[in-house]
Amino acid sequence: MTKTQFEPSIRSRPVYGELAPRPALAHLLVADGEGGEALADLVAKADAGFLANARIVYVPGANGTDLTDKVRALGAAQFHRSPSYTAAAPRLKKVLADAHMGTQIYLAGTEGLIGQVVAEALAAGLPLSGIQTEHRGSTVRRVQCVHCKGITENVRTDPFQCSHCGLHLFVRDHYSVRLAAFQGVCIDAEDPGVVPQAVERFK
Amino acid sequence: MSLDFNVETFRNDFTFKNSDKAIKRFPFPFPEDSYMYSVNMEPHVPGPKGSVFEHTFDVDEHYVAEMRDRAQVLAEDPLRCQSLPHMTLAGWDLLELIMESKARDYPQWFTLTKDGNQWHWINKPLGIDQKFTFMDESTLPYGPMEYITRQTQGDFTLQDQRDETLWVDAGMVTTQADWSLDFNIGMNFHQWHAPVPVAHELGVFDRALKFLMNLQLGAPVRRFNWTMTVDPLLDTSPENYPVWGPSRASLTPETVGNRMHLRVELQTLFRLPRSNAIVFPIRCYLIKFEEIATQPKWARRLHRVIRDIPDELATYKGFLRNKPMMVDYLAQFDDGAPTSPGWWADR
Repeated sequence: MTKTQFEPSIRSRPVYGELAPRPALAHLLVADGEGGEALADLVAKADAGFLANARIVYVPGANGTDLTDKVRALGAAQFHRSPSYTAAAPRLKKVLADAHMGTQIYLAGTEGLIGQVVAEALAAGLPLSGIQTEHRGSTVRRVQCVHCKGITENVRTDPFQCSHCGLHLFVRDHYSVRLAAFQGVCIDAEDPGVVPQAVERFK
Repeated sequence: MSLDFNVETFRNDFTFKNSDKAIKRFPFPFPEDSYMYSVNMEPHVPGPKGSVFEHTFDVDEHYVAEMRDRAQVLAEDPLRCQSLPHMTLAGWDLLELIMESKARDYPQWFTLTKDGNQWHWINKPLGIDQKFTFMDESTLPYGPMEYITRQTQGDFTLQDQRDETLWVDAGMVTTQADWSLDFNIGMNFHQWHAPVPVAHELGVFDRALKFLMNLQLGAPVRRFNWTMTVDPLLDTSPENYPVWGPSRASLTPETVGNRMHLRVELQTLFRLPRSNAIVFPIRCYLIKFEEIATQPKWARRLHRVIRDIPDELATYKGFLRNKPMMVDYLAQFDDGAPTSPGWWADR
């Protein structure tokens, strides 16, 4: 099972496992932050031919964790470091669009990164059964404001202020795979101005 | 048309009200004096003449005003109607089902003439006269689902069936009880029901899904759901919650009878023939507490249901803060007398 301990959650939230190598002609590995450790563990379990058919995209964590040197040293046929997920997204879209059926996808790190690559892979027509995920590191959340539709990355507190429209939102425990985001709902809609103290729920 | 359809609003000045006839045919959702979640599904077969079950799609006195309200919602927020690319065929299935049903059930208002795939649709209440080619999207002003649901009361979702579950992959949602199509589109059955309290533990959704996966063509089913809404607002969307939320805080003992509404969803489910999708019409009926009070049986029963409902459900349905005021208001109509079985009003 995943190394991260989550509090009990509802059924729309994804469940994360532990990456394990599967036989395939092509492997795509994507990770951010501490997810780099999960890729190292994966490669350690793989047989000799695995790396020759593997492509890695690595993004340093928003919390500052940068395992670039360690992940590069794994020795995949292709290695690419992106400074952020946003910067990596066009490249990933192309890779996923070009991927052949049977390509195995391994995702590790934060919920935001995992969710976004899953959404891109499904949009590219790849099956969920070919995607493995392992949560590592930060539990900060990616949250869509249900009012303005803007997505705020790396949400640590509940409530928090939408980075787009400025409303004070509580983080509803409801998750959209398509948006790779939780839902944020105005906390003072019924009593404008009555906003509880923000509590750090996600680290 | 003026004799058939009300001129009324569901926003701003809120002139919506039910005629005596509409009150008597109101689908009161409580067959007994208490409430708990259940699958409560029954065949959607024609019911008594004049009832909301008489026809496949009920068209009532609020039709034209509701369609105007929908057009306003869509003009402000086009994301309320979305269809993933693979759902167009299901949209045509739905268009056919609605046009055929309405032309059959309400020939005074709707006609459908077919010459092969050349169809001619007339909707007199909305002043629409449309010739188009069935299955050719370029011949309609909107996609097929959007076109026909701009002319049909109630919200609609279209469910694709694959991987042993149902996926909500299209919808027209402007009269919702606080859920977001834009957020939920693309979710499977258990995902989109995830926030509902209590019911998962009761196994309600596992049983409902199993039942729906086997839904047969030509054998639609129906059930009720309900909540409470302050002011006759059709569009209680999460998107606009900051706009309508304050209304919940402004209720007084003097206004509760006029402003608090029981909001009933008549939910039906139909298997569609070409796509094998399931369409889920969610028809919203609103009734003021003071209109309910004209039916002694309903007022007595509603008092008992609201008084005894667990706080967890009242919270989810969004009326916990007003529950004491609602119970106080309804108590005056409850003399302790027994109520007759079933939900129909006493004659």
